[in-house]
Amino acid sequence: MRPTLAALLALAAAPAFAEGKPVLTVLAYDSFTAEWGPGPAVEAAFEAECGCDLRFVTAGDGAALLARLQLEGETTDADVVLGLDSNLVAAAKATGLFAPHGAAPKLDLPVEWTDDTFLPFDWGWFSVVGKAGGPMPTSFRELADSDATLVIEDPRSSTPGLGLVLWIEAAYGEEAPAVWAALRDNIVTVTPGWTEAYNLFLEGEADLVLSYTTSPAYHLIAEQDPGYVALPFEEGHYLQVEVAGKVASTDQPELADRFLAFMLTEGFQGTIATGNWMYPAVTPAAGLPDGFESVRPETTLYLAPEEAEALRGPAIERWRTALAQ
Amino acid sequence: MAGLCLGTLAPLLGRAGGGGLGPADWAALRFTLVQAALSAGASVVLAVPVARALARRRFPGRSALVTLLGAPFILPVIVAVLGLLAVFGRGGLLNDGLRALGWPPVSIYGLQGVVLAHVFLNLPLATRLILQGWLDIPAERFRLAATLNAPVWAVLERPMLRQVVPGAVAAIFALCLTSFSVALILGGGPAATTVELAIYQAIRFEADFAGAAQLALLQYALCGGAALLAVALTRGPVLGAGLGRAVERWDAGGLGARVADALWIGAAALFLLLPLGLIVLRGIGGLDDLPGEAWGATGRSLLVALGATALSVGLALALALRGGALAQVAGALPLAASSLVLGTGLLLVLRPFVGLGAVALPVTALADALMALPFALRSLAPALAEVEARHGRLAESLGIVGVARLGIVVLPLLRPALGFAGGLAAALSMGNLGVIALFAGQGQGTLPLLMAQLMGAYRMEAAAGVGLVILLLALGLFWAFDRGGRLDAAAR
Repeated sequence: MRPTLAALLALAAAPAFAEGKPVLTVLAYDSFTAEWGPGPAVEAAFEAECGCDLRFVTAGDGAALLARLQLEGETTDADVVLGLDSNLVAAAKATGLFAPHGAAPKLDLPVEWTDDTFLPFDWGWFSVVGKAGGPMPTSFRELADSDATLVIEDPRSSTPGLGLVLWIEAAYGEEAPAVWAALRDNIVTVTPGWTEAYNLFLEGEADLVLSYTTSPAYHLIAEQDPGYVALPFEEGHYLQVEVAGKVASTDQPELADRFLAFMLTEGFQGTIATGNWMYPAVTPAAGLPDGFESVRPETTLYLAPEEAEALRGPAIERWRTALAQ
Repeated sequence: MAGLCLGTLAPLLGRAGGGGLGPADWAALRFTLVQAALSAGASVVLAVPVARALARRRFPGRSALVTLLGAPFILPVIVAVLGLLAVFGRGGLLNDGLRALGWPPVSIYGLQGVVLAHVFLNLPLATRLILQGWLDIPAERFRLAATLNAPVWAVLERPMLRQVVPGAVAAIFALCLTSFSVALILGGGPAATTVELAIYQAIRFEADFAGAAQLALLQYALCGGAALLAVALTRGPVLGAGLGRAVERWDAGGLGARVADALWIGAAALFLLLPLGLIVLRGIGGLDDLPGEAWGATGRSLLVALGATALSVGLALALALRGGALAQVAGALPLAASSLVLGTGLLLVLRPFVGLGAVALPVTALADALMALPFALRSLAPALAEVEARHGRLAESLGIVGVARLGIVVLPLLRPALGFAGGLAAALSMGNLGVIALFAGQGQGTLPLLMAQLMGAYRMEAAAGVGLVILLLALGLFWAFDRGGRLDAAAR
């Protein structure tokens, strides 16, 4: 144990320069930096052109990133935070810990992106996902009227759960509580996060699960299994945008800007589709893999960050009241 | 101990936020208490006949069975839940069977599912604690009872249970207080919300660190209350010293008793081992898909587990030597510790001084040690009391005191209990995600973290493979420590 510990301590004591190279610290969620995620390829590509050392620091997921940054405040080592969910952007901005990006890139998003602090790096539509040959309702109302079973995530502990609550709000407004009440007997259970919900669905505990339109593409591409379907819903699909921002207290502002610019180039964007299983913010020259183009919802539902932030508390309370009967 | 549990709350309480409990919090508190009480009660009630059967029967493979029956307790929660669902879920074996018979299916989702899962996770612990109670009754007592034709139940077993059961109930009650994933996954909806979920929400979405700390205090208070109640309810004389010879039971030879014992052991084995078997089956398929990181993660998990074992057993020994109700309550507090709050508090305390990546493994080991401490203490304290009761007077008369007494008399005799405590701590740490997710940088993860990450990236098969590795390593560590302690004792 001792040599490892000593080595780790030496690492921790290293300043913002390693072997003469400047160090850029990026706080990202852990599935991004995993061996099979986009992280390793992104690191290699950026280091090849920046003459710097890119280091990832990880926190569990999109929500954990913000909590971590709020704990650390201005003393954080992070120069860039990568992986915040668009529904948390307003809260993140309100901390005052981020600096504007000053860029105006051309993006392939289904909505116009105007935020001056955060830049999107990927996005996806939430979707109800089922198995081929299973129930295929075409809207939440039809789902509620059917016998189909559904497993969802808790909006109080997970970002997809929050996305679903905002989805129903964006689609149904005042009628949202009635829709939840009607869905109550379809919902098998509410899990703490996406992992548990998707596992339950794969184990056959429910016909349907709240996931992403890209979920079937994973099974198709990585497992050669065409048996999963993202159900197109008439009311449209709620959009999740994942964003990155420069930390205001960074000691490497130029390098951070450079990383944000690099984020929207081929070297980064090309890793997203099959590394993060999301849509790249800028479609790579080679286009998107099979299974990504086949599901394109006609309507995109989206609440701007401020709207989403204002609606979050009341929407969760309506959800809870309707389901906790 | 209390410093670690409560001290880590201080930096959180210092933050803005907090305030009283809202109506949703009260509902969560009610559900938390109800499910914890039912789970603790059901676990212990079922554990008594199982422990008695295991205590008075000898059969080939008994010791392996006792070890295996402990496995659910050390599994990562999500693995255990998936195993349970494979048996009791909508698409599980039980409902397949019911459907084949033309009977309506049963639903695991709801309060019944939460209690079922908690019994699955904690029956092993309850059985071990109560079995220990039975094994601690000196063989001479049974011999005496047989000679006098006295009712064993009334003179020996019932007093023993009055001593052991309150502590077991309190321990499982406290463990179930902080249940988060199980309650939510199997609860069926937001009506089954626990206090721990409110803590998650406060920390993750609302940056309300003080609010989270207040809820954590509430959990500690409930746990402390349960521990005090258990101390107060624990009655009956210490049974006194025996010579430690094998127990022979003259009272349990009847056919009825034999059949009943066989049924209890069989039912417990089926209930605990069937889901486990399905987990193993699923995991074998995933072993081919293990990512390269699995090797490093295995090494780090072993380091953390061994570090946690040393710390946990050391702390438990210190607390056991100190003794008294205060030590007992302090030793019980970690049962109700929320890893998220503990980790967040440690993060705030340590961050100004060291890089988080540098302390990821030591801090994880420390947090795991804390979580395992109540069990280590529960194993060591009675053993220590027995050593003192048996040999204290002799040692006193020979003038063996202080450190010498510890080295010459206490530790050697404590070896079996130390081995058991160490094995349990190592196994618990091996399967515990703990606080590593808050601290680990790139490539610093342990096996449970790797498993969580694989599951988060659709790679369920590989995750099942990691789950199997965790299970095997945890059982292996437990077996090695436990056997080590007992072999040594036998040699003496």
